[in-house]
Amino acid sequence: MRIANRGLLDHSKPVTFSFDGVNYTGLEGDTLASALLANEVRLVGRSFKYHRPRGILTAGSEEPNALVTIGQGVRQDPNVRATVQELYEGLQARSQNRGLSLQFDPMAITDLAAPFLGAGFYYKTFMWPRAFWEKLYEPIIRRAAGLGALSGEDNADVYDKAYAFCDLLVIGSGPAGLMAALVAGRAGADVILAEEDSRMGGRLLAETHEIDGKPGHVWVDEVLAELRSMDNVRLMKRTTITGAYDGGTFGALERVRHHLGSRPAGAPIETFWRIASKRAVLAAGALERPVAFRNNDRPGIMTAGAVRAYLNRWGVAPGQRVAIFGNTNDIHRTARDLLEAGVHVAGVIDSRHDGPTSDNYPVYRGAQVSNSAGRKALESITIRSASGEQNLQADCLAMTGGWNPTVHLTCHMNGRPTWKREIESFVPTPGAIPGLEAAGACNGAFSTAACLREGAEVAARALADLGHTAPDVAQPQAEDDAYEIAPLWAVPGKGRAWLDFQNDVTVKDVQQAAVENFRSVEHMKRYTTQGMATDQGKNSNVAALAILADATGRGIPETGTTTFRPPYSPVAIAAFGAGGTGKSFAAERFTTSHKATVERGAPLIEAGLWYRPSYFPKAGEPTWLESCNREVGYVRSAVGVADVSTLGKIDVQGKDAGQFLDFVYTNMFSTLKVGRTRYGLMLREDGFVMDDGTTARLGENHYVMTTTTAGAGDVMKHLDFVNQALCRDLDVQFTSVTEQWAQFAVAGPKSRALLDTLLDQPLSDEDWPFMACGPVKVLGIDARLFRISFSGEHAYEVAVPARYGDSLFRLLAKKAEEMGGGVYGMEALNVLRIEKGFITHSEIHGRTTAYDIGMGRMVSTKKDCIGKTMTQRPGLEEPGREVLVGLKPVEKDGQVLAGAHLYKKGDEPIRTNDQGYLTSVCHSPTMGHMLALGFLADGRERHGEIVKMVDGLRGVETLCEVVDPVFFDQQGERVRG
Amino acid sequence: MDKLSALSPCAGLLPLTVGATKVVEVEPGQMTSVAPYNGQQDKLSKAMKAAHGVAYPQANGLIQGSDAQAIWFGHAQAMLIGPAADAGLSEHAALTDQSDAWAVVNLSGETAEDVLARLVPVDVRLAHFPVGMAVRTQLQHLSVSLARVDEGTFQIMAFRSMAHTLVHDLKTAMEAVAARG
Repeated sequence: MRIANRGLLDHSKPVTFSFDGVNYTGLEGDTLASALLANEVRLVGRSFKYHRPRGILTAGSEEPNALVTIGQGVRQDPNVRATVQELYEGLQARSQNRGLSLQFDPMAITDLAAPFLGAGFYYKTFMWPRAFWEKLYEPIIRRAAGLGALSGEDNADVYDKAYAFCDLLVIGSGPAGLMAALVAGRAGADVILAEEDSRMGGRLLAETHEIDGKPGHVWVDEVLAELRSMDNVRLMKRTTITGAYDGGTFGALERVRHHLGSRPAGAPIETFWRIASKRAVLAAGALERPVAFRNNDRPGIMTAGAVRAYLNRWGVAPGQRVAIFGNTNDIHRTARDLLEAGVHVAGVIDSRHDGPTSDNYPVYRGAQVSNSAGRKALESITIRSASGEQNLQADCLAMTGGWNPTVHLTCHMNGRPTWKREIESFVPTPGAIPGLEAAGACNGAFSTAACLREGAEVAARALADLGHTAPDVAQPQAEDDAYEIAPLWAVPGKGRAWLDFQNDVTVKDVQQAAVENFRSVEHMKRYTTQGMATDQGKNSNVAALAILADATGRGIPETGTTTFRPPYSPVAIAAFGAGGTGKSFAAERFTTSHKATVERGAPLIEAGLWYRPSYFPKAGEPTWLESCNREVGYVRSAVGVADVSTLGKIDVQGKDAGQFLDFVYTNMFSTLKVGRTRYGLMLREDGFVMDDGTTARLGENHYVMTTTTAGAGDVMKHLDFVNQALCRDLDVQFTSVTEQWAQFAVAGPKSRALLDTLLDQPLSDEDWPFMACGPVKVLGIDARLFRISFSGEHAYEVAVPARYGDSLFRLLAKKAEEMGGGVYGMEALNVLRIEKGFITHSEIHGRTTAYDIGMGRMVSTKKDCIGKTMTQRPGLEEPGREVLVGLKPVEKDGQVLAGAHLYKKGDEPIRTNDQGYLTSVCHSPTMGHMLALGFLADGRERHGEIVKMVDGLRGVETLCEVVDPVFFDQQGERVRG
Repeated sequence: MDKLSALSPCAGLLPLTVGATKVVEVEPGQMTSVAPYNGQQDKLSKAMKAAHGVAYPQANGLIQGSDAQAIWFGHAQAMLIGPAADAGLSEHAALTDQSDAWAVVNLSGETAEDVLARLVPVDVRLAHFPVGMAVRTQLQHLSVSLARVDEGTFQIMAFRSMAHTLVHDLKTAMEAVAARG
C-alpha cells in the first residue's frame, strides 16, 4: 500500500508495468519489488525445491525469494531480483518455477512430501539402478526444481567491458562510503565511488536518521553535489564490485540499460569493469539476517530493515497490521517509523528480557515468534513466551536477527573473517586484501555516527599511504544509538524453520548434516546445499553455521565460515565474456592476397590467426580433390603461385649475428656466403625439434630467418630469451619483418620464365643457382628474391613491400594462367611437400628429434647449440626409435589415413604390438596413388618391408610398403633444373 | 605495361566516425625500426638528433620533431617515423624497414578516451597519459603501440595483417560508447 507524501520518489510520476500478465501502476524510482508491494502483491514466486509460496524478503541485491523473469523471447532475462530491478514504463515481469500459475502450482505437492525430501534424500534414494540417475532421476528432479529459464536462443544483447583506474576505490555510498569519498575527493585524490544501487546513499535512504540536523537523504544530496563538482571524483552507480583480485584490481558489473525499456542496437546493457586502484575502502554495509522459526518463509514476512526501506524510501507500507520481531533495538526503530507513517503496529516481540518498552504499542519482552499462519500471505503469528503461546493477527512481520557485515570482498583472496562477539557476527580481518580497509557497518560499526567517523578515518589513512594530505573535514552530527544484540538464531520447536530461502534449507537439515557426521562447515554446505543458490546464502550462512556450531558443540568462530568466492552477486556469463563474442573472439590475420583469394571463391583454412586458401575451385570440379590435383599439376608441369607471407620472417642483424645463429640452429650459419640461403633446424632446450626454415644471408652482418607459420611467435620469443638470458654479450638484434613483406612462391618449370617478365634483370643459373638470394627489382620496385623450393621444383620466393602484395599477387596469377599454370592453395602445397618428403609441424610435433626425422647429421659436431647436449641422452639414441619413413599402399587404390597406427604384417593390431603411426597423407596425382609420411620403429632399416596400417577409429586396414620419405625426384634434379 | 600499385593497410576501411569519435588512417612515410647495438644508445641518440632532429626516446616516450617522430617501441627498440633513416645510423643500430608492416591510425574526439578504456588496459586519461607518452600494450587482442600525439589525438599502430580487426575492434567500442550516450 502506498502512503501519500512519503518516500523519496515523485508521486506524480506514474509508471505502468505488468506482473504475470496483470497490469499495475507504480512510480518513477520504484523497484519492481516496491511497486508490487505498493499494489499489495505479496506472492511473487515459488521456492526452489518445495514450491512453497514466497514473497519479498529484502530490499536489496541479497534477495533470495523474489526472482522474476523480465522480458520475452530472445530478450528474456531470468532470475532478476525484483528488489534490484528498477521500474520502467511497460516493464513485463513473470514469476518463475511455478506450475500452471503462481497461485495454483501442482508441484506444491512436494511440500507435503517434505518429510521424505530432506537433505541427502536424493543421494540416498536414487542410488539404484545406477544408470537411472543420469537418464531418469536427474532430469525429473531438475524439471521439478529450478529457477528461471533462458530463451534457448542466442543472446541478442550487447555487453561490453572497460578498464578504469583510480587512487582510491570506495565501495558503497552509505555514510561511511560518502565520507571516505568526500575526504579523498577534497584531498585531490583520484577517486571512484561505486554503488550497487541506482541511487547513492545506502541506508541513509532507508532510515529516518538526521545528519547535522538535516534528513539523511538531504545530507546525501549535498555531499553528492560536492563530489559531482570535483573532476577527480568519478561516481559509478548501478555498479556492483563483484570481486577483489591481485594487485588492487577489482571486477565490477555496471547495469547500463536494465532500468530502461529500450535497447537500441549496439547499446550495451551491462559493462564489466576492471578497476585498478591503489587503495580501496570497503564501505559495503551490512545484510540483515532473518530469524529461523517455523514457517518463517510466508509472503509478508520480511526483514525489518527492508520494511523500513520500503516505508521510508519508497513510501510503501508492506502491510496494514505489522508485527515486529527481533533481538536488537532496531525493532523499536521499525515500530517508530511505522507509527509515524500511520501504519498499525500490532506488536513488538523482543527476544531480549531487558529491552525497552513503549507506551505506543504492545511489547512482548522475552518472547519469540514460534510459528506463522496463512498459505499465500501471512495472516497471523504465534508468540511464545514464558506464559505460553498466543496468536497475533498480522499481515506483515518485520523480523531481525541482527546484521551481518558484508565481509565478502575481504575474503576473495582466501582470507577468513574474524568473529566479533559484541555484534554476534563476523567482521573483515584487517589486511586480508592488500590495500583495502573496511569502514562502517561492513566493519561492524552500526551507528550512523560511527560509520561517518570510520569512513573519514580510513580515507585519511589511505591518503597518507598515497602521499596526500587529508583535509580537515568536520565530523557531521548523527545518531550513535546502541545496537544491543542478544543472540537469536533459531526458535526451538518442531516443523520446518527456514534458513536458506532460495535453496529451501531448514534448521533440521543442518542438524541432520551434523548427525550424519558432515560436521565441517564445508561438508554441511554441500550436504544441505546451504548457501549454494544464486544468492550464495547472503542472509543465511551465518545463522546456518551458528546452528551447526550448536549441533556439534563448538563455538561459532571454531566452526568457521565457508569460502567466499567472487562474484559477490550474480554476473551473467555474457558480462564476464563481454567483448569476446563474434569477430571480437580472436583477431584475424589476412594476407595481402586475401581479397583476391576470396574473390576467387577459395575456402579459407585457419593457420594460427592467419586465414589461408585451402584451394581455388573451378567450375566443373565436384570436390576439393579435383581442384587440388589441378593445382599440383600447375607446379609439376608449368608454374604455380602461392602466398607464403604467413611464414615468420625475422631480420637478424649485428656483428655477432652469425655466431648467434650458430647457437640457435643445429647447423652452421656463420659460414654461409652472402647471397646464399640455407635450411636450418632449431631445437628446444630438451633436444627435440622446435622449428625449421630457411635463413638467408643478405649482408655480412645481416640475415633474414624464416620460421613456420605456426612457430613464428614462439621462435621470436625463443630468440629473445636466448639473447637476453643465455648470451647477453653477443651483439645482435632482431626485428620481425613478417608484416613488412608480401612473399609469394613461384614454383614450377616455367617459374623463371614467369619472373623474367616482371624483373628488371632476367635470371640466369649462374647468378641465381639453387639457394641463391638477393635484392631484385620487380617492375621497378625494390624486392627480395630467394631461389628456394618447398615443392621440389625449380622455384623462387619473391618478396615485395606489403603495400604491393595485392597488386603483385594478381599479376603473378594472371601471368601464371597465361603460361598454363595458376594459383594454388594449402592442399596442393601439402601434396607437393609430401611427395618430396618435406616435413611440417605434423612431423616435428614436439616429440621428434633431429635423428628421428633423418636430420641427425645436421646437428653439427663442430659447435654447441641449444638442445645439443640433451639430444645425446641415451633414450634418444637407442635403436628401436620410431623414425621418419614414407609409406605407400601395396594396392594402388589402397587408403592411408593420418593418425592411423602401424603394425607388423602378421601382428594383431593391439597396443603392445604398435610399431609407429602416420603423420601426413595425401593423394598424389603425380604418382597416381596415396602417399604417407609416418614414423616407424627402426624404419630406415626397413625400406621394402610390408607393414599393416590400421585405423581403429575409422575401421580401415591397409597393407603398405615402407619406402624412403622422398617419393618424387629423389636425386633432386628438378629443383636445380 | 604492367605495374605494381600500392595499397595502404587500412584501404577501404577508414575513415570512420561514430558518435564523437573519429579514426583516420595516417600516411606515416618511412618507418624504420632502430635497435641500438650493445653500448651504442647514446651515440645513436646523438646521430638521430643530428640527422633527423629527434633523439632516441626513453622508455614510454615519443619525440615529435618537425618532420620526424621517434617512438619507443619496446625493449631496446624505437621506431623512426617520417623520413628514410640516415644510413649513418646503421653504425650504431640495426635498422629494419617497417614502412609496410604497421597500420597507423589516429583516434580523436571527445570520447576517444572512453573508447580506449574499452580496449586497452592502460590509464589513458590525460593526467596519466600525457602528450608524448607511448606504450606497447594490447588493444582487445592486438599487440599495439599507443601514443598520445596531441591532447585530443591518440596514435595507434597495429600489425598490417590485422588492420581490419583493429578497425572492427575500434568500431565496436565506438558504437558501444556512442550508444551509451
